Amino acid sequence: MSIVGHYNYWIVAVLMMTGFYIVIASNNLIKRLVGLSVFQTSVFLLYISMGKIGGGTAPIVAAGVKHYSNPLPHVLILTAIVVGIATLALGLALVVRIHETYGTIEEDEIHAQDEEEAL
Amino acid sequence: MLRPLSLWLALISHLPALQVVLPLAAAPVCALWRRGAGAWALATTVCWLAFGIAVLLLRQVQAIGTLSYAMGGWAAPWGIEYRIDALNAFMLLLVTGIGAVVITFARQAAVERRVRLPVEKHAWFYATYLLCLTGLLGITITGDAFNLFVFLEISSLSSYALISVGRDRRALTAAYQYLIMGTIGATFILIGIGYLYVLTGTLNMEDLARRLPAVTPTRTAHAAFAFLTVGIGLKLALFPLHLWLPNAYAYGPSVVTAFFAATATKVSVYVLLRIFFTLFGAAFSFGTMQLDWVLLPLALAGIVSASLVAIFQNNVKRMLAYSSVAQIGYMLLGISLVSVTGLTAAIVHLFNHALMKGALFLALGCVSFRIGSAKLEDMAGLGRTMPWTMGAFTLGGLSLIGVPLTAGFISKWYLLLGILQRGWWPVAVLVLLTSLLALIYIWRVVEAAYFRPLPDGRAPPQEAPLFLLVPTWTLALANLYFGIDTSFSVGVARQAAELLLPGTAS
Repeated sequence: MSIVGHYNYWIVAVLMMTGFYIVIASNNLIKRLVGLSVFQTSVFLLYISMGKIGGGTAPIVAAGVKHYSNPLPHVLILTAIVVGIATLALGLALVVRIHETYGTIEEDEIHAQDEEEAL
Repeated sequence: MLRPLSLWLALISHLPALQVVLPLAAAPVCALWRRGAGAWALATTVCWLAFGIAVLLLRQVQAIGTLSYAMGGWAAPWGIEYRIDALNAFMLLLVTGIGAVVITFARQAAVERRVRLPVEKHAWFYATYLLCLTGLLGITITGDAFNLFVFLEISSLSSYALISVGRDRRALTAAYQYLIMGTIGATFILIGIGYLYVLTGTLNMEDLARRLPAVTPTRTAHAAFAFLTVGIGLKLALFPLHLWLPNAYAYGPSVVTAFFAATATKVSVYVLLRIFFTLFGAAFSFGTMQLDWVLLPLALAGIVSASLVAIFQNNVKRMLAYSSVAQIGYMLLGISLVSVTGLTAAIVHLFNHALMKGALFLALGCVSFRIGSAKLEDMAGLGRTMPWTMGAFTLGGLSLIGVPLTAGFISKWYLLLGILQRGWWPVAVLVLLTSLLALIYIWRVVEAAYFRPLPDGRAPPQEAPLFLLVPTWTLALANLYFGIDTSFSVGVARQAAELLLPGTAS
């Protein structure tokens, strides 16, 4: 139950906050999507960590094996990875369209253009 | 003789699966269509069939109680269970009903003027619409926590795509903003579900509800609770997490806005009810964690601030979007009362608000079909040239304010009853005052349409065609019907509220 023993959860927390910070702080639409991906990936690691048992192997019945890792979180995360890819693809497609119509992917410049149009 | 009967019985027993599978399977077929008209006809048929299934399901639930359907024949805690009680049967009826009326409105002629898509891609619009409907129905019907997340993402991803095809280029940035905030919300929900799985080793909601009370004193359970609260709050546009909503609703195509305003946030409110009442139980959510003291101030702040902002909007679509944020506040206010009357008010308002916002946004769709704009100054004098459209708008507006004989009055009435039962009369006064704010912003539109002359130098617009007016008036008249005959809406809502708060006397 030491801090080092739970290193994977520390990595999850660091990745999660890194991704979240990029999403909030970045002005570039692509960078924000990168942050979003890092944020989502940290959750994948969280799920995979919880399925792992010390000394456990893949859940295939074999002689001499006593401990098996839980395969369910892995299956769940396969689904979540697909969702993450779809989100990223859709986000990038939107950024392409935004670049076509606004000519920029910096949020403040897009905002300035919208303000100008409103006047 | 026996064969059709047994086939019918087999169909009946698989209705829960068909409810979701039918629109899901129809979506790719729609996408393959080369012309939008065919795809529209298919999507409309499927939506009305889904509505029929929802009606049958609600009747079954009312006759024999909660239905449980094992997906693929795998028994409950291992396989995915579809579980239908009074609450989600009611929600299924609402979502499919609104979905069917709105898609009927969204004929190709109506879509092509409001959507930035080449004609040969219109079929994709209908396919995405069906996917979104699938997601919303899946969230509502499923009894599995992870399945809920997957359906949440299906509906969210298709809704970002649907918003982004709006004519205005700001629809693109609105969709992007919605994607970022929606994904953060969904990921928070995923983290919450993960913690619950670590604690209990199960994802089945019924099973979770049984096992959670033993582990709720742990810090992991509290963290799961917090992540789920924020995640769902983002999805249902809880003030101050509502920032994605006004732009998404204002710049998305009218059809899409009408559909989302009436269903998407409502389904998120349902998820909130399901997770905090069924999964965690009211005793933990509101007793130990005191969620009501988080929801109540945020709901009140949302109602007041969003209503005030709505008054100063010049784009009527944006005005109604802010009004939606305020109306979600009323639902959360009902929930934070934690009484059967309060929950009944919240569920009835959920239903009635879908009817009024559906009618209002469809009427706006008729307006922008004719004049190509939803700005207040462009709507001057429309009461004379488009009397039926503005009539429907006024009816929906009266319901939004809460005038007697409309559906909106019924929800405000039960909400006030619930508040006064708790003895919170300052809150009751605030609810009445904010209804006056609704009167002000609806009046601004009515005043422009009926008391201002048509702008000069432009041909007066014609009345909207019949195929747009019929769906609009269907929803507008539903506002009147459910304002007069409340036995169905209030009856089912009370049944659902009693299910959510077992063992409490009303």
